[in-house]
Amino acid sequence: MLNLENKLIRYALQAINYSVFMGMIWYLSTSPSYQQIAEDEAVINISFSHAGETKEPCHRRTQAELMKLPPNMRAPMDCSRERSPIIIEALLDGDLIYSQTLNAPGIYKDGSVDIYHSVKIPAGSHRFSIKMDDSVLKEGFDYKLDQNIEINPAKILLVDFNAGQGFFIK
Amino acid sequence: MLVNPIKRAYLALESWFNISFGTEWNPLYHLGTLTFFFFWIILVTGLYLFGFFHGSIDGAYDSVEYITHEQWYLAGVMRSLHRYASDAAIITILLHMFKEFASGRYRGFRWFSWVSGLPILWLVVTLGITGYWLVWDELAQYIAVGSARLVDSLPIISGSMASNFQEGEMTDRFFILIEFLHLLGQPLILFFMLWLHVKRMSNVDINPPRGLAMGCLMALLVLSFVKPAVSHGPADLTSMPTVLQLDWFYLNAYPLMDLWSEGKTWLLATAITIVLMLLPWAPPKKDGPAAVVDLAHCNGCELCFDDCPFDAITVQARTDGAKFEREVVVNPDLCASCGICMASCPSSNPFRLAEEELKTGIDMPALPVDKLRTMTKEAVAAMTGPANVLLVGCEHGFNVNRLDNNETKGIKLMCSGMMPPTMVEYALKQGVDGIMIVGCRHNDCFFRFGNLWVDKRFSGERKPILRKRADRRRIRVFGGSETDKKSIENELSVFRNELLTLNSEAGDSSDGAESGVSSDA
Repeated sequence: MLNLENKLIRYALQAINYSVFMGMIWYLSTSPSYQQIAEDEAVINISFSHAGETKEPCHRRTQAELMKLPPNMRAPMDCSRERSPIIIEALLDGDLIYSQTLNAPGIYKDGSVDIYHSVKIPAGSHRFSIKMDDSVLKEGFDYKLDQNIEINPAKILLVDFNAGQGFFIK
Repeated sequence: MLVNPIKRAYLALESWFNISFGTEWNPLYHLGTLTFFFFWIILVTGLYLFGFFHGSIDGAYDSVEYITHEQWYLAGVMRSLHRYASDAAIITILLHMFKEFASGRYRGFRWFSWVSGLPILWLVVTLGITGYWLVWDELAQYIAVGSARLVDSLPIISGSMASNFQEGEMTDRFFILIEFLHLLGQPLILFFMLWLHVKRMSNVDINPPRGLAMGCLMALLVLSFVKPAVSHGPADLTSMPTVLQLDWFYLNAYPLMDLWSEGKTWLLATAITIVLMLLPWAPPKKDGPAAVVDLAHCNGCELCFDDCPFDAITVQARTDGAKFEREVVVNPDLCASCGICMASCPSSNPFRLAEEELKTGIDMPALPVDKLRTMTKEAVAAMTGPANVLLVGCEHGFNVNRLDNNETKGIKLMCSGMMPPTMVEYALKQGVDGIMIVGCRHNDCFFRFGNLWVDKRFSGERKPILRKRADRRRIRVFGGSETDKKSIENELSVFRNELLTLNSEAGDSSDGAESGVSSDA
């Protein structure tokens, strides 16, 4: 091993080492820059929470059925807990951009489904449609939205839903 | 001798730093303490910044802007130091891991330190992420949504965390939770993990040499003034942040997640963690047998307890009815089998009971002190040169047997710190002209303190000391790794010339035949 006695040379070498160390931090703390979306792109966020319809219709218990139950459990209606899977499809200018079938979470499959999906699209004018089927008891899609949208570059178009209002765009 | 390429690369880097910093300040010998030092900078600057920070969605960004621009001369510099010291900590942690891996210091008895160190890396990364989150600028928005997507992809919580980051959905409660995590929760866990990480070591030093610390602080200060840390534009949940200046030390997973998916990113992180966690057992390394205490020769002086680098020795009340108050106990699970304790024991004196088997208070089954005495005696007797040198090396540094010839013989110990000072005297008494202790590179003992204790014992600073009657001119301590053959040979040559001069001054014959060694103690 070389043993440098000259302190000046040693300090100069140390300065080089510190410069390399700080140079790494200098560069990697901000570079290379990262572009998440292209300059002419925008984003559609589909985000909502919804519980599907129960898989089976409720059944009114007969008197005989009620008498078989313990007194504290004699509820007149017998409803299954399991909910229907939710089927969603979204289209942009006729092209499918999102399609998903989501089962209800939980041990008894009785929870609300949380949907969060982000999709990049070209900025500008488009025809956007989204539909959802939340019941296995009925044929076809129960909720639909079909409308023209105008979206600027880098903007987020938020598609929300509630059972009373259906789909709506924020 | 073959040295694996990773170790060779590490040793080359170490040599370069030894040239520029010297062995006392070599940053590679202080990577753990440097990381602690950077944590101190982060803590102090963080406490100052906390005084000006508003922990709310509406107030956070403006308060950080105030810190950065209005009070740039102090708070702004503190912010830059806070960020850059955090980046520096990642570099030292990664280098620390590389060093331990390259030099084989992650297996066997060291598995615990390796395994307990990995969560520290992840914890520091998450600490950095929550720190960036608090600025609540476009970068914070990007990592907040990205982190939420990562959490949502795990089947452990119901609900969507990412849906919190929609316009109108974000509340101060979530922001305060992140603030609590960053300011208290994560630092406390980190403190605990650091304690656990060094738990199996004794004499733990958490401060780097002052000169090195000052050098790093100055360098960070210069960087802070030259390139102050600044924010992106304020977070806007109606827009996507476009061009981002990512801190790649902390935020590299997010672009990967954009490129792949949340699931694949988790898979990669999990795979890397599992592979790193299992490294100490791939393949398993069996340590040598643990040190054994012989109470018949132990007076409870506790020198071995003081010297053990890995906290494997404890002291308890005497159990054998002897007149001494205490005795030592070895925990075999913690013992590294370095043999340093054997050299600490005053009973490891080769001049004792010379005609019988030499016993000591704490001995190494793999290389007992009696065998060491025999090896020393035989090696000295085998040399026939004009200036014979006994080389004492260790299993983890330079292989001293590579230099064996008629005037040089090497004996290899588990650690150079295993050589009792009295054994050095013994070798000189046996007639060898000089002894050269060649352990690991100075300040880089495989067993932490071997060559340091040798230095201190020989200079009389640490018991058991090398007695004054041992001629220091005939003793040389020189550190060297497997790749340092040339410099060791050079040092040996210089030493031998000095010995020749000494021999001629002492009236010894420079003729090899007449310089023959004595075989008697």
